[in-house]
Amino acid sequence: MANKIAIIGDRESIKGFAAIGFDTIECDEAQKANMILRNTAETELYSIIYMTEEMFLACEKERKKYEEKTLPAIIPVPGLKGNNGIGRQRLSDFVERAVGSDIIFNN
Amino acid sequence: MAVMNVNPTRMQLQKLKKQLSTALRGHKMLKDKRDELMRQFLDLVRQDMELRVHIEEQLRICNRNFASAGAVMSSEMLSQSLLTTSQKMFANPSAKNVMSVNVPVFTTEKRNNDSSAVYPYGFAFTSFELDEAVTALSKVSEELVKLAEIEKSCEMMSIEIEKTRRRVNSLEHVLIPRYTDTIKYISMKLEENDRSSKARLMKVKDMLLEQAHHYKTN
Repeated sequence: MANKIAIIGDRESIKGFAAIGFDTIECDEAQKANMILRNTAETELYSIIYMTEEMFLACEKERKKYEEKTLPAIIPVPGLKGNNGIGRQRLSDFVERAVGSDIIFNN
Repeated sequence: MAVMNVNPTRMQLQKLKKQLSTALRGHKMLKDKRDELMRQFLDLVRQDMELRVHIEEQLRICNRNFASAGAVMSSEMLSQSLLTTSQKMFANPSAKNVMSVNVPVFTTEKRNNDSSAVYPYGFAFTSFELDEAVTALSKVSEELVKLAEIEKSCEMMSIEIEKTRRRVNSLEHVLIPRYTDTIKYISMKLEENDRSSKARLMKVKDMLLEQAHHYKTN
């Protein structure tokens, strides 16, 4: 049953998440992000997959497949390199898709 | 005026009227669905934004502490400290149906409920920055799961709203006008046929009267 939580990202950013009980999956190169996400999601063990923002951006193609599925939830979190606002941008994209223009965050 | 390519017959007219009433009903229902989804979606998005801002701030602090810990301790030591973890966190998924969108709901479960279980290392050879980072992370862990739940719901709902909006628009601006126009066209055509046959009958009657009685109408 899919109930585990994974985090994908560069080693330095995800190291700490092991302590709180997430499965850490290392991915140092953005080119491999697609493959690693696919492998992780296909195991159907994970209900939530967090990704560092850098990796999140690199695997748009693979993410699209899981957009309409209930599981897994693929969520960007800021890594060690800092926050580049992808999470907020993503929210504003949702509003834009639903409403037609971003009426809440006005980006 | 967009008229469908149909025969102007009474049967066709009846069929179209039925289809129109179904389309109207569907349109109303989809519109209600869209409005309700939109209301819930906007609530969720606001919630999500608040949560995200909070979590990003916490993670920033956490990452800063990790970086400091990395500076104080050797990287082997740091990796080794976090190598064996006794804590394991699970997010058990269940589905909630919101206006026919199956959004996930996660309930968190920890293998070890002891709050000190997040420190997989002895405190003797590690820096306090590492302790702080791990503590901050463990505090934010349940909120992270909540964030995942809300954000996934937002994602799925936004897709559903877009689909519903397209359906509503296509019904409102394409299908329903087409039906009404075609119905109007057929009923006009039938009336026209009625009038022409009536006129023909009157003419025939006049001719017959004239033949039989040499009766002349003006």
